[in-house]
Amino acid sequence: MTVLRGRAWTFGRDIDTDQIIPARYLNMKTATELAQHVMEDADPTFSGKVRPGDIVVAKENFGCGSSREHAPLALKGAGVSVVIAKSFARIFYRNAFNTGLPILVAPEAVDGITEGDELEVDLADGRIVDVTSGVTYRAQPLPPFMRELVEAGGLLPYLKKRAEAHN
Amino acid sequence: MSMTITEKILARAAGVELVRPGDLVMAKVDMCLGNDVTAPVAIDEFEKTGFDRVFDAEKIALIPDHFTPNKDIKSAQLAAQMRAFARKHAIVHYYEVGRVGVEHAFLPEQGLVGPGDLVVGADSHTCTYGALGAFATGVGSTDLAGAMATGEAWFRVPESHRFDFTGELGPYVTGKDIALFTIGQIGVDGALYKAMEFSGPTIMNLPMSSRFTICNMAIEAGGKSGIIAPDDTTRAYVSGRFRRTPLYYASDADAVYEKTYYWRADDIPLMVAKPHLPSNTQPASELSNVGIDQVVIGSCTNGRIEDLRQAAEILRGRKVHRDVRCIVIPATQAVWKQASEEGLLDIFVEAEAVVSAPTCGPCLGGHMGILAEGERAVSTTNRNFVGRMGHPESEVFLAGPYVAASSAVAGHITTPDQLGEGGRS
Repeated sequence: MTVLRGRAWTFGRDIDTDQIIPARYLNMKTATELAQHVMEDADPTFSGKVRPGDIVVAKENFGCGSSREHAPLALKGAGVSVVIAKSFARIFYRNAFNTGLPILVAPEAVDGITEGDELEVDLADGRIVDVTSGVTYRAQPLPPFMRELVEAGGLLPYLKKRAEAHN
Repeated sequence: MSMTITEKILARAAGVELVRPGDLVMAKVDMCLGNDVTAPVAIDEFEKTGFDRVFDAEKIALIPDHFTPNKDIKSAQLAAQMRAFARKHAIVHYYEVGRVGVEHAFLPEQGLVGPGDLVVGADSHTCTYGALGAFATGVGSTDLAGAMATGEAWFRVPESHRFDFTGELGPYVTGKDIALFTIGQIGVDGALYKAMEFSGPTIMNLPMSSRFTICNMAIEAGGKSGIIAPDDTTRAYVSGRFRRTPLYYASDADAVYEKTYYWRADDIPLMVAKPHLPSNTQPASELSNVGIDQVVIGSCTNGRIEDLRQAAEILRGRKVHRDVRCIVIPATQAVWKQASEEGLLDIFVEAEAVVSAPTCGPCLGGHMGILAEGERAVSTTNRNFVGRMGHPESEVFLAGPYVAASSAVAGHITTPDQLGEGGRS
């Protein structure tokens, strides 16, 4: 269940949320609508070529800028199964966990993966296999609390359970 | 045990004696906020999860500012959804167009946030309130939904980086130049996940407006928060304004900082950040070959009365260059009124600038001044990413109000000194 398979789409550093989903589309809020414009200002052809399961691979500081949750929503809506980066901006990092978009920090994988490579990602143990090149990488393990959030099904179910336990 | 001001506020809000960087805490929020772009997504999540009441109708601020007055039907639908939620849950701090302003100028002005507070906002520039000695940080819509329902949010206690400034600022140099200088030095992820604490005599001599500008842009260096320890200037600002009891914290003398930067304020020139990153800085005086099509003066970064006074100081008795559209946006209704009383709006109109109702508008390419392909703007806003103010092939140069107003007159990037007394009638 947790093994994802898809093609790699590579991006550079400081991919900001205005590139992931430009503010001119923030008058919409569903993943399906937003997906039509995903990554538009980084690569205008992206939404036409991305297929369900595909994987975004980026360098440092992915998702910097605005707090808009529309960014992970747009990526999810487009079928992106996981984002692998050297580092993530902090609000995007929170938002990804809160909305259920898997993300992995794996600097060596980012350096090794070429665009178009077929990847297999095991979310349970953070193993990233580049099927095309035959190289296996390891993502940094999730902090325990983030794992708890994932297991609860996201932030709100986690908080709801916690609130009910207090009452 | 010694703590920084950030650690003290987080410890207080988490109900523990002591926190250390890396600790994970659940903390009570003193105020949470959302706007017409982020709150609708939060409301969807809130209702989908099955929450049926908010934790405290007085500790939630819902602010229609991004696409208001509404620019199209879709944005009107979003505003309507937020308005309906505010009415249903009797949200005290919902403000309608005509009373509202750009959220991060409005909340401090109205005394809704203050010293010692822990604030989360579904907007990245929530870090602005650190200028009051609060811990304030941007979160996403789901975090806002959680905070509205439970009054709590989770935090990893950040390491603190200290930015210490000594010396006198040069003429026309303001908080915006300090912010751009700092980001230029450390980069757009130079303070990733960190609390940025600004200190030193230069900072403590700044008025609140410049302090807000500096903390506002902490996010542009990747910071989780920006903060300035409260002093007499802070006390004077919150006195008679802040609606709750202020809690004045300060970092202990032996508090631990992961990094400390010491900089001379005398060395900071009037700064511009070129496309397409706020860290891509250069002294404004070196960019006079850059012709421009538009100037925007406003936003949560530089839309306060002090900012408008600076712009008016330059524009008084002058005309905006014939090839430039100059858009002035007072950040709140109160700023608008004050600018009117001081005659600033007349100065702008005489200069042939246009004055807009309070809105985030063009800052994020929403409305009220969108750029066409190939156009360039000088803007007092906070981001110059690709497509930020309109067409993906347009460009935004970030600057403070003095440089923005001077450039509007000259038709290219320039400083007040370079402009001299040119163009005065």
